[in-house]
Amino acid sequence: MTYQLETAQNPEKLRRVAIDPVSRVEGHGKVTLLLDDQNKVHQVRLHIVEFRGFEKFIQGRPYWEVPVMVQRLCGICPVSHHIAASKAMDVIVGARKLTPTAEKIRRLMHYGQMMQSHALHFFHLCSPDLLFGFDSDITRRNIVGVAQEHPEVARQGVLLRKFGQEVIRVTAGKRIHGTGSVPGGVNKSLTVAERDGLLKDIYAMIGWARDAVHLIQKVHMQDPGLYNSFGIFRSNFMSLVGHDGDLDFYHGTLRTRDDNGKLIFDGVDYQDYDKYIVEEVKPWSYMKFPYLRSIGREHGWYKVGPLARVQNCDQIPSPFAEQERKEFVDYAGGTPMHAPLAYHWTRMIEMLHAVEVIKELLHDDDILGDDLMTQGERQLEGVGVIEAPRGTLFHHYRVDENDVVTMANLIVSTTNNNQAMNEAVRHVARRYLHGREVTEGLLNHIEVAIRAFDPCLSCATHALGKMPLAVELVAPDGSLVHRLSRE
Amino acid sequence: MNTPAKKKLRVATTSLAGCFGCHMSFLDIDERLFTLIEHIEFDRSPLTDIKSVGDGVDIGLIEGGLCNAENVHVLREFRRQCKVLIALGACAINGGLPAQRNHLPLTVILEEVYHSSPGLANGLIPNDPELPLPLNKVHPIHEVVKVDYFIPGCPPSGDAIWKVLTDLLAGREPELGHGLMHYD
Ligand code: SF4
Repeated sequence: MTYQLETAQNPEKLRRVAIDPVSRVEGHGKVTLLLDDQNKVHQVRLHIVEFRGFEKFIQGRPYWEVPVMVQRLCGICPVSHHIAASKAMDVIVGARKLTPTAEKIRRLMHYGQMMQSHALHFFHLCSPDLLFGFDSDITRRNIVGVAQEHPEVARQGVLLRKFGQEVIRVTAGKRIHGTGSVPGGVNKSLTVAERDGLLKDIYAMIGWARDAVHLIQKVHMQDPGLYNSFGIFRSNFMSLVGHDGDLDFYHGTLRTRDDNGKLIFDGVDYQDYDKYIVEEVKPWSYMKFPYLRSIGREHGWYKVGPLARVQNCDQIPSPFAEQERKEFVDYAGGTPMHAPLAYHWTRMIEMLHAVEVIKELLHDDDILGDDLMTQGERQLEGVGVIEAPRGTLFHHYRVDENDVVTMANLIVSTTNNNQAMNEAVRHVARRYLHGREVTEGLLNHIEVAIRAFDPCLSCATHALGKMPLAVELVAPDGSLVHRLSRE
Repeated sequence: MNTPAKKKLRVATTSLAGCFGCHMSFLDIDERLFTLIEHIEFDRSPLTDIKSVGDGVDIGLIEGGLCNAENVHVLREFRRQCKVLIALGACAINGGLPAQRNHLPLTVILEEVYHSSPGLANGLIPNDPELPLPLNKVHPIHEVVKVDYFIPGCPPSGDAIWKVLTDLLAGREPELGHGLMHYD
């Protein structure tokens, strides 16, 4: 089935329908469909329509600027880029092992981020689809509608996100685009007052995070026909796993499984990521298409993120979340769950785990310590990898003797899910739109499939394209600011 | 603000060449969101499924500068439909970090990303007509439309955004007080 509906035979004879922009996702994307006279679907593509070119303009900058600069790729998960870049730069400055305080502060920051990002995605962006239905009234299908109909759900969602943002603020200095993590460590630890401020609400957060898992579990189980099959496709999985196969968002080795759950590789040091992963470019998207080198383009693509992580690890090292993981695995019946809508369920299990880890860290006096930095023998190349909210995130840099960056390569989480998202929307198009009159509600089904992956199209937007025609930029007074034309 | 009978103001928001951080900062007003929605309703925004700006929007918030033709189109649509247009954050005001590419020719960046970056199976520059035309340089939004207010910061804090919106709702001239005006 792979790659069906990617490219139509005779596009000029077909009618184009676009979902532009894809909404209630982070970043800039659109979907185009090509249909014939009978509304049969011939082509479906999710396009990433913007570029930034970070890999290029980061070159020539001193390496210590990078963790602060690259987070401007994405304001939803800035901490992910901040930390992935810092981890690569740890390698560059020879900081093989961080001080306990530094590592725990970074973990706290990262798990705070996991909590706020998962809460944002579930409550602010997706809950309207899940609570009201995929083709419900468009004017209510948003967080305001949820606040009116389910005020308690909306309130808890907003406060869960707020708590995660506060964890980031006390560790990074600012809620968005902070500066806390630096090559070789961190530049601040927590004060007693900051810690106590968070501790006073932590148990309420754990309670609400558990409620959130039960809410989505209930929604999923009430309609298994829909939730177990919507947009479904089979694929490999990839994620980092920590010690003893623990779920770990901050550090670990790479593990991949095939669609039956059999290991493809395990224990891979991510410094060698480029021996295992290749990327393909397609003319119709700025986002690249990665796949596993050993399996090849046709079958080597994979999914990342909560659904991959929760099924790839051997256990979750926190009691409530581990209990929820077991229930999920039991529900799936001993084989891997591939249904995209199960991303929501596993995402909430992860949010619960993040809150439990934050609680542990807040009870650890190392976070109040003042031994913040390490360094060692200087290196010229480093790779930093973490599990960001949306999946495995790779940062790779070379830095010369003058401390200047000479090469940067990033594979962001959403890029890893590129083929997977395209497969899901094609499946939905075939199942729901094929041969029918296109309505707004049906088109929202496509977006529901995309949203399940929580794509961050903002992150994915870091490359650019050719100029097919001419455009003029005219100032409000009518004067020409800028003109460009085909090369 | 305690006149529930008053018609709600319509607010539209968009992210052009921005990172969504300014939108996230908007959500950093936290539970004040519930107060806000008693006084406003959202039109086109990444938070709703309304895909184009309706007539008679009162306030338009623009995050990000202009990096492609599509951004220019959306910005003009916002200016046409919104009574008050606000540049939200560094990228909208001066191009921000994406404007760091401005000292490089577009083709050089293209080559780097799609031909010479490591681990590529094939070298090819995306050029499908569905992809909007990129501009040679990233531009701030005031170069193309008239902007009524500018809120600096990368991003401006949730408190700063709250202050400006509540000032506008109350019919006051918006003003960022002490501590809310910052550029980082
Ligand atoms: S101003 Fe800063 S936070 Fe806002 S869009 Fe630009 S980079 Fe992101």
